[in-house]
Amino acid sequence: MDSHLISEFRSIVGDAGLVTAPEQLRTYECDGLTLFRVVPELVLLPASSEEMQAIVKICYRERIPFVARGSGTGLSGGALPVKAGVVIGVSRMNRILDIDVPNARVVVEPGVTNSAVTAAVSGSGYFYAPDPSSQIVCTVAGNVAENSGGAHCFKYGVTTTYILGLEVVLSDGSLVHLGASTMDYPGYDLVGAFVGSEGTFGIVTKITLRIIKKAECIQTLMAAFNSSSEAGGAVSSIIASGMFPAAMEIMDRLALEAAEAAVHASYPDCQALLLVELDGSTREVELLMEQVGPICTSCGAWELRLAKSEAERIAVWKGRKAAFAAVGRISPNYLVQDGVIPRTALPRVLGEIDRLSAEAGLRVANVFHAGDGNLHPLVLYDRRIEGQEQRAMTLAEEILRLCVEAGGSITGEHGIGEEKKHFMPVMFSAADLDAMQRLRTAFDPYDLCNPTKMFPGTDFQYQRPIAYEPHPIEVAGLAQRY
Amino acid sequence: MNENQYPIEIAWTDLEAIVGSDNIWPACSRDMVDNLQPEKVIAPADAHEIAKVLQYCSSADLAIIPRGGGTKLGWGNRPQKANLILSTERLNRVMEHAWGDMTATVEAGCTIASLQQELKEHGQRLAADPLWPDRTTVGGLLATADNGTLRLRYGGIRDLVLGVEVALPDGNVIKAGGKVVKNVAGYDLTKLVIGSLGTLGVITRATFRLHPIPAATATYCTLLSNTSEATQIVLAILDSQLVYTGLQVRADNPHQISVDVRFEGILESLQDQAAKLNKVAGGAPFVQGSSEVWKARQELFSHAEHSVMCKCSVLPAQIGMLCEAIFSRAQSAAVSSIVVAQATGVAEVRLNAARVLSAVEVLNGLRAELGHLDGTLVIQQCPPAVKEALDVWGAVKDALPLMQQIKGKFDPARTLNPGRFVGAI
Ligand SMILES: Cc1cc2nc3c(=O)[nH]c(=O)nc-3n(C[C@H](O)[C@H](O)[C@H](O)COP(=O)(O)OP(=O)(O)OC[C@H]3O[C@@H](n4cnc5c(N)ncnc54)[C@H](O)[C@@H]3O)c2cc1C
Repeated sequence: MDSHLISEFRSIVGDAGLVTAPEQLRTYECDGLTLFRVVPELVLLPASSEEMQAIVKICYRERIPFVARGSGTGLSGGALPVKAGVVIGVSRMNRILDIDVPNARVVVEPGVTNSAVTAAVSGSGYFYAPDPSSQIVCTVAGNVAENSGGAHCFKYGVTTTYILGLEVVLSDGSLVHLGASTMDYPGYDLVGAFVGSEGTFGIVTKITLRIIKKAECIQTLMAAFNSSSEAGGAVSSIIASGMFPAAMEIMDRLALEAAEAAVHASYPDCQALLLVELDGSTREVELLMEQVGPICTSCGAWELRLAKSEAERIAVWKGRKAAFAAVGRISPNYLVQDGVIPRTALPRVLGEIDRLSAEAGLRVANVFHAGDGNLHPLVLYDRRIEGQEQRAMTLAEEILRLCVEAGGSITGEHGIGEEKKHFMPVMFSAADLDAMQRLRTAFDPYDLCNPTKMFPGTDFQYQRPIAYEPHPIEVAGLAQRY
Repeated sequence: MNENQYPIEIAWTDLEAIVGSDNIWPACSRDMVDNLQPEKVIAPADAHEIAKVLQYCSSADLAIIPRGGGTKLGWGNRPQKANLILSTERLNRVMEHAWGDMTATVEAGCTIASLQQELKEHGQRLAADPLWPDRTTVGGLLATADNGTLRLRYGGIRDLVLGVEVALPDGNVIKAGGKVVKNVAGYDLTKLVIGSLGTLGVITRATFRLHPIPAATATYCTLLSNTSEATQIVLAILDSQLVYTGLQVRADNPHQISVDVRFEGILESLQDQAAKLNKVAGGAPFVQGSSEVWKARQELFSHAEHSVMCKCSVLPAQIGMLCEAIFSRAQSAAVSSIVVAQATGVAEVRLNAARVLSAVEVLNGLRAELGHLDGTLVIQQCPPAVKEALDVWGAVKDALPLMQQIKGKFDPARTLNPGRFVGAI
């Protein structure tokens, strides 16, 4: 990059806000999808909204594309740098600006981590509901961009439900306020449009979010089944009975094996395990839990275990969260997808996945948010064996197609990014995609904000799903994905 | 194009060719919108016919006012132009109730009441209680984003819609979102059209996420003698672990304020909640009340043709302050006022003024005062003369240019509801 430009950037963000050394730039070459790599020309780390505006204005003037970055834990290549572009990290903007417990509002800078929000309000009995398992590391801005979810969004909803107001620097460097701290700000719901836009509409510099009160009582039940389909049937029956659990999760045999190997959660030794968590008033939770057991039994569960203490409950979840990453212990390589299907299609789609897996001669582990129908199929393979990686990729694609055919989606929480953009036409018509592009150009007419992502045909080549490699934070044991 | 270049009769014939001659007819005085008389009413059969009509009208420079049940046609600024009313009355089916998935797909012209009726067969409901459910259609509900008392627990209508189908002025029918409860593929255009007052496209179908109908419901009320006490109680309940599904403040003067709480669930737990409520509330004794109190919002809007209805949005802790501001301003302008506020901080206010000017004075004063609190005031329904005196939406801060850009991308010819939305979009 031109040295005059670099000094101009330096005059705004200072030395602390400028990364130019090649070995340091490498830190930013990918996100959680580690097989796509582009070394950025320059990384800028502004410390305030004003600095953000000033650097974006330069990018605009020079027509330099830029990619915003939180903690780089995204799983679809959203924060992947673009060629001849800069990366703008928000790690130095990490202050919690205001905590208003009576109104259940918190105002944060973009680089604040998800769990820092909960940590700041848990003393008052509150929490920030969207709970991605990367929450210790990922930023609220990253959550906003991806519309992240977690195990408890079946009942509580995903990020978009909790964002009230955003301060955003648009691609021309102007600062706009979307929404407000109060509800129903007049005009189009631009907060709703912005959340989930994967960094393509502008850079968030301030977020007003809503926190909620912790429930009086939380109980978690484990039920052992002979197949995932049976466990899926129990999920439907629980819902048909009129209950609304906080979370319902299924792990299959392979995933359980992996979890056991990693954390010794002492789950029942079964083909499929269903976790049902109820929360609410103590009286209601106790009474409803008495019904959940018999429903599971009538659907084929042969063992029921209620977590007896809070410590035991936490251990159950720890195993559940570990399952995903722990698959690395039973297979040298694996691919991860996060397709969604209507819940009632679970037994059929799981059966189809089994069939496809047998046909391909590859194992598929399943850990999923059963309440939401959000699957996380993990295709296990060994890269050293000639042709396996290719077969695994084909299988992963077939699974996504299955999800779409079942009336579902190609992604429930990980986003499109670079990874799945060629799959968009499987879900959306040309007119649907065109409508999205119109919205994009209303925000970013010159295609400077995270260009080439999300839409097919906006980049050099057709990309295929890519083998998963553990993210550094997983290796460090800071998070597990699920 | 104006009539000199393009005889309007040709347009009517062309539109007849799209929808059939039985489905376009002359508009009458009942079809007026803010005293503006449209020329025709058109009722296409499906999304594709709607898209064709929109496309045609875009190129023929005819303005369209989409209409569902017609309950909120008076909301928004006065349209700058209204050639046709586009009625969604022929799109009135519940397409699918996937009760096992707790979702339902419904055409835009279906009323909320008939949708709820159908969902009830499997013990489910759309957890929303908008105004005029018997007449309000799905399309109208989404376009206005009208939220009732259930929002506090279940989220607003924006949180209950999983996907929509929309007919656009360029002649395309698009879908956004989907049928599954979790979906982050592509932009959330669903959120963009919800609350857009039919200025971007015509919603033709929606898929909702549903909830089970609770086994039992109980309402508790208390009467307080000042607004700050009412605020304290509301905040104490919000800060508690009670599982309420409604929390509302009603008042028509600053000395008699009702606070209503609703619990839903299994019977045993409701009794338990009631006992805990009185601990949380401290001194104020809550007594079992009638579920009729949850109709207060609807009552406010009924027979309000001569009143001014507005929505004020503040933080929950400012509800008392808001009530004080309303009552004192109303009183000094000799206007009577009633407030029904939800604990979300959204309050609906009815002003009955003998003179339009007095109402305008109260509205302007309140709007300025709320502006200092990051709050907003939007007029929902009012006599036409009020609209001549002020913008019903108020000023939209720095995001207006962005909104105008978006409007320009979706409806460049300003075919849909021109002038009705914020900034006269
Ligand atoms: C181990 C592991 C577990 C995970 N578990 C979950 C899970 O349970 N649920 C889930 O939903 N996701 C999960 N994820 C995915 C990921 O953590 C989330 O998508 C997260 O929200 C990304 O946050 P980040 O700060 O790392 O963002 P990044 O990866 O840095 O960026 C993500 C996107 O946000 C954009 N962006 C970043 N900052 C801004 C800004 N200021 N303004 C605008 N755009 C911005 C980027 O351009 C990019 O497109 C997991 C990931 C890992 C590695």
